[in-house]
Amino acid sequence: MAKEEAIRVEAVVKEALPNAMFKVVLENGHEVLAHVSGRMRMNFIRILPGDKVTIDMSPYDLTRGRIVWLQK
Amino acid sequence: MSVIIIKSPREIELMRRACRVVAETLDFVGELIKPGVTTGALDKAVGEFILGRDCGVAFKGLYGFPANSCISINEQVVHGIPGPRKLVPGDIVSIDIGARYKNYYGDGARTYPVGEASEEDRKLIRVCEEALERGISVIRPGRPLSDVSAEIQKHVESNGFSVVRKYVGHGIGSDFHEEPQIPNFVETGRERGVILQAGMVLAIEPMVNAGGHDVKKLDDSWTVVTADGKKSAHFEHTVLVTADGAEVLTRPA
Repeated sequence: MAKEEAIRVEAVVKEALPNAMFKVVLENGHEVLAHVSGRMRMNFIRILPGDKVTIDMSPYDLTRGRIVWLQK
Repeated sequence: MSVIIIKSPREIELMRRACRVVAETLDFVGELIKPGVTTGALDKAVGEFILGRDCGVAFKGLYGFPANSCISINEQVVHGIPGPRKLVPGDIVSIDIGARYKNYYGDGARTYPVGEASEEDRKLIRVCEEALERGISVIRPGRPLSDVSAEIQKHVESNGFSVVRKYVGHGIGSDFHEEPQIPNFVETGRERGVILQAGMVLAIEPMVNAGGHDVKKLDDSWTVVTADGKKSAHFEHTVLVTADGAEVLTRPA
């Protein structure tokens, strides 16, 4: 059975939290708690408030996400 | 969440068993396809066959899916719900099934013509199956997964068809959908960095549309159809990455 691709949306980082967690704001104004994907951690990418990011969300829990891409 | 599980030899043996049942079921149900048969009857036969092989039916209840198999006709891409619809000559019908053996899964799909298919439909089915085989043929440990996606996309698009983007293949194991996602296309910034490793088990499943790649979901919240109403084909194998290439676990004997 094919998998529905994870929802991928643009967001802006609002606040850095402990444990590599971030509060990010989606384009529609929703606030989501996002962690950083393992791959981005490997490359030591610093994420700061105000940065534009791409996050993956699961259709099952729309309050959490995973930052997969930092836009320059 | 984003961990790709490398399977142990014991796990691989269990998955091999589940996958063999998937292949046998698809062989069996392929023989039943003829004009006049309902998709509901095919679904019932799928369920009985899998249960008769000491396996569980993977789809029933998966995310709430109501049947043993996904049966998708013509413009239906995937996740069609079997029912009273009778097959008629000229239909193409995609059957996607999953089996569970001791908590490990196997997943596979094929598209069959009903009666005499048109030249164009036969080509669609053939290109979809070839794309899957070509994708599998580039699997080697150490290569990026995106090589597989690119190979599939290249074959489909060079034949004038398109690959569905909204739905993707997936890792498989003791969960039906595991990481990684396996798109049938490549796009900058997406799913890069996954490097194939021996012991990964992947469900690779190109969904190929005769028209554009856009799809939409019907009101039943399951059935995915092409946005332009043109036909779609779907082939899937569960594949083990080995030390020197790939082993297709759902290959018919």
